[in-house]
Amino acid sequence: MTVAPSPAAPTRRRRGWVRYLGLTPFAFYVLLFLAVPTAIALGTGFLDAEGSFTLDNLSALLDPVILGAFASSFWVSALTAVVGAVVGALVCYALLGTRADGAVRSTVDSASSVLAQFGGVMLAFAFIATIGIQGLVTVVLREQFGIDIYADGVWLYQVPGLVLPYIYFQVPLMIITFMPALQGLKPQWAEASATLGGSRVTYWLRIAGPVLAPSFLGSLLLLFANAFSSYATAAALISQGAQIVPLQIRGALISETVLGRANVAGALALGMIIVMVVVMTAYSVLQSRTTRWQQ
Amino acid sequence: MTTSPVSPPRSAPLAPTPPAAKPAPATARVNDTAVSIGAEPSGRARWIILGAVGLLFVVPILSMVEFTFRDGLAGAYTLDHWTVLFDPEENSRYRQLFAAIGNSLTLAVVTVAIVLLVLLPTMILVHLQFPRLRRVLEFICIIPITVPAIVLVVGLAPVYGVVTRLLGGSVWTLAFAYGITVLPYAYRAIQANIDAVDMVTLSEAARSLGAGWGSVLARVLLPNLRRGILAGSLISVAVVLGEYTIASLLNRQNLQTALVQVSKSDPYVAVIFALLALLLVFVLLLLIGRVGSTRPGRTSP
Repeated sequence: MTVAPSPAAPTRRRRGWVRYLGLTPFAFYVLLFLAVPTAIALGTGFLDAEGSFTLDNLSALLDPVILGAFASSFWVSALTAVVGAVVGALVCYALLGTRADGAVRSTVDSASSVLAQFGGVMLAFAFIATIGIQGLVTVVLREQFGIDIYADGVWLYQVPGLVLPYIYFQVPLMIITFMPALQGLKPQWAEASATLGGSRVTYWLRIAGPVLAPSFLGSLLLLFANAFSSYATAAALISQGAQIVPLQIRGALISETVLGRANVAGALALGMIIVMVVVMTAYSVLQSRTTRWQQ
Repeated sequence: MTTSPVSPPRSAPLAPTPPAAKPAPATARVNDTAVSIGAEPSGRARWIILGAVGLLFVVPILSMVEFTFRDGLAGAYTLDHWTVLFDPEENSRYRQLFAAIGNSLTLAVVTVAIVLLVLLPTMILVHLQFPRLRRVLEFICIIPITVPAIVLVVGLAPVYGVVTRLLGGSVWTLAFAYGITVLPYAYRAIQANIDAVDMVTLSEAARSLGAGWGSVLARVLLPNLRRGILAGSLISVAVVLGEYTIASLLNRQNLQTALVQVSKSDPYVAVIFALLALLLVFVLLLLIGRVGSTRPGRTSP
């Protein structure tokens, strides 16, 4: 290849700022499309209608309705993250030992990619067709088994209705994010464990388990964050009211006609980001533990 | 050097069959060993897990299929909702939807290009040349999870005012925002691969054998990172095609916003298109996956 530098100037020794030139495209891109928009979005939370500094919008966070929305967001995200992580990890385990380029793996990979992040609006359609008032499962349960899942009222278009659709995209996301970690387990470890007389249980509890634990918990937190910030499915499913935080933000955004409400969106966003920062900080700590044993 | 990727024992788990050093016919026996020492599930356990989860996940899809054949609420079935799509006089109503699908595909391509041309080189560069910046890069890449789309879109509106002035208002510019949205997922996929491959040793070994940096990148690093790159691209495509929040609040047409519009007037057609879109993306990802797994260099040990 022709790009080799002269032996006298090894790349590692390249002087000063020239080395950093390679980082500028990414830095510039992130600055323009991540840092600037985030600053603008959060900044509006501290502005009143005239554009001067105020803390009034933040008091909206203590409103009982908004606190209730945060609580709902919280339990839906936690529940679906735990279920998604456990089921997803089980599927990852089941996939170990299948050929990486085989039909099973590629089918699961593709299906997971489709469902994990492609869903959104369409998952709302899917679950209306499944457990809507005239949904297939609803009708079969009612007419064949005499079970009315809506005996206590229709819950699909309320917060509890989000649980099943959310799990439906959490499990595939877990498969996508956790599979690489599980594949990173080196077969030599299992062989070494077996050679030294270790059993299956020993291997999973004392070797694979501790190695995978940070990845698993990291994926769990990622799933929580994913559900907490998810908007499309809820927006398509819940037409009345704004029972979770993202719907509250949208409500505040589109009701600019109501004086002073527009900047409440900024305050809500700030509240949401505080929760997210806590979760993602824990995630970072776990990630650093993940890389520690690999070095 | 041969054209096959450098695969020292450390990167063996990334090879199709874990112990890459063993000859291909031994695959079955190798798996038996892995099963008996507990590293892999037995065949029965595997199919019970995959079968049960798969069954549960198929139910909503089947329900959507069943819904598209319903004739009102009476319980009768009809093909009308499907045949109308192939009727040239009727389906012009859905032309907007076809255009929106085109928009979404364009956005997916441009977003993957951003991932491969901006994120990937930066990750490799940081890993090899700026080890101290690894944590900084990781921090930056997970920020978009901390800053959800619905928050970002408020600040993106003024930014897109500028973008539209500079580059015009065509739909592909939305990919700049989507590149940020997919950043955490693409990063995680690629980084998991980087972590499992000792890139520093690999590149130093290749360099000491006389390879130039271009050669190191094309014949050593990228082949070893192909699974991560592929996974990152796949999830980016899926994210972009499913994106609703940013497009709808910036008033651009993509697949999802068009589906929501259609569902208000004709839920049957919306569900049909949702199904077709799911199928299309599934096949697309399956194809990309197959292409990625049959690259040259895979077969020769």
